[in-house]
Amino acid sequence: MEQHILSLSGLGRSFGSTRAVDRVTLDIPPGQFVGVIGRSGAGKSTLLRLINRLIDPTEGQIRFGGADVTALKGRALRNWRRDCAMIFQQFNLVERLDVLTNVLVGRLADHGFASSMLMRFSDAERALAIRALDRLDLAPQAMQRAGTLSGGQQQRVAIARALVQNPRIMLADEPIASLDPGNATRVMEALRTINREDGITVLVNLHTIDTARAYCDRIIAMRAGRVYFDGTARQLTDDVLRDIYGSEGLPAFDPSVTSTAIRPVVTA
Amino acid sequence: MTAALAAPSSAVLAFERDFAAHRARARVTFVIVSLALVMATLLTADFSGFFRVTQVTLADGTRAERWVILAGIPKLGDYIAKTIPEIRWSTLVSDLGEWFWRWRIWADLLVETVLIAFMATVMGLAGGFVLSFPAARNLAPARWVLWLSRRYLEIARTVPEIVFALIFVFCFGVGPMAGVLAIAVHTAGSLGKLYSEVNENIDMRPLEGVKAAGGSWFDQIRYGAVPQILPNVISYTLLRFEINVRASSIIGYVGAGGLGQELRTAVALGEHTDLSALFVIIFATVMLIDWGSEKLRHRIIGLGRTL
Repeated sequence: MEQHILSLSGLGRSFGSTRAVDRVTLDIPPGQFVGVIGRSGAGKSTLLRLINRLIDPTEGQIRFGGADVTALKGRALRNWRRDCAMIFQQFNLVERLDVLTNVLVGRLADHGFASSMLMRFSDAERALAIRALDRLDLAPQAMQRAGTLSGGQQQRVAIARALVQNPRIMLADEPIASLDPGNATRVMEALRTINREDGITVLVNLHTIDTARAYCDRIIAMRAGRVYFDGTARQLTDDVLRDIYGSEGLPAFDPSVTSTAIRPVVTA
Repeated sequence: MTAALAAPSSAVLAFERDFAAHRARARVTFVIVSLALVMATLLTADFSGFFRVTQVTLADGTRAERWVILAGIPKLGDYIAKTIPEIRWSTLVSDLGEWFWRWRIWADLLVETVLIAFMATVMGLAGGFVLSFPAARNLAPARWVLWLSRRYLEIARTVPEIVFALIFVFCFGVGPMAGVLAIAVHTAGSLGKLYSEVNENIDMRPLEGVKAAGGSWFDQIRYGAVPQILPNVISYTLLRFEINVRASSIIGYVGAGGLGQELRTAVALGEHTDLSALFVIIFATVMLIDWGSEKLRHRIIGLGRTL
């Protein structure tokens, strides 16, 4: 498979008068594991949705290889979404359908109207789906309704759905924010395995600094829609973190992050 | 704790003030709305003649003024009395036979009535289902599509079945087909509206998941929306079938098939006992279908979890 750089230039999106993403310029080389951190509302989710084209940018450009992603329409746009799979905080599975069908949703971009409406998938596709589920230890649950699974299992079903898309990039929007630590670790390990074994670029929004430090080759921090920091975990110092998250009104910051630096909070 | 109770903070005091103001406003609104409703009810009652006074002849031959409802109720009793057949225990079988003397024709027409209702429900289901997606605010692919499909559904359900039936009898001739079409159009309008409201309450996240994987609008509907609304669709459709059995037993009045034509003949010829016989037949059928579809609905809602 050809390897392309995902490059964002001056990418922006405004909602009314608020600039959710403000002139973001980034180059993401193939195979990188990138973590995006920042406060709630800093524009992390919007950034990922812009890349997948779930929302359209108000300015700037996304390029992948020779293609201008921001100009894609119709079938080409659907193919782009297939190529950069997305995983959501709330899993976004169809709870009333079985696990296997949920995974096969990842194949829809390549289907015609009739086969899609009739939910007809080829044996090869079914084999692909069950192998993806098996990789995530979910083959025994393939015939269960997705809604009956635990949160951690549902998120792994969502990863299996992303895998059968044969993506080049995998975007994950706070994939572990609704999970307990055990399940969170399993999901992050699954993403790491996919990144290393399949060479898929992973771009993941995270709330927990420790997770970002443990898994990501590169960390991007956003603040008020802009890229505020871009570097390795080692370069992400406590001073930088305090700037990213702000310490106003916070009686205690996450101890593992703030053990050295934050000045006592003065309240009015 | 006690300190907080002794000296409420300014934020708490502000809340108490806002809350009192809110309550006062709510009370004023309540009084105004209630008065308006009472006035509207009285006015419409007057307009439709509920307070009219009419002249009646008393038993001794004198005329007197009476409130129209009190004057009319005895007549209602008279009419019902006329429709009650004479049935004696000693001649029960022959009396019943006489009451339902046209039972062969009525049985055929009853089957026709139920078939009209069934066919119309199936066609209405198809039409309403397809239109319910573009007619849902959260699913419509474009504003003009939403507008068009909503207006279409509105027209389809605002025009009464009997009017559609008149038009279709004119176009396609007397017979059950006109009835099927008439009820189907009305059913599509009503079901389409109900389904589209179900659509507007669904969880959009599964649709987003399908979209993010490269699914088209149709894929989002098929995989994200349909599984969520299916139990409601089945439930509403069965309910509509019951309503359509009632509708199809009237529609024959204008020549569109079913038992209605017998009702018309009975009224026209003053065959009062036929009316009550037909009423018993329709009542029994509707009750049976109500009972059956309720059983089915509960089974399906139970099964719905695996659909």
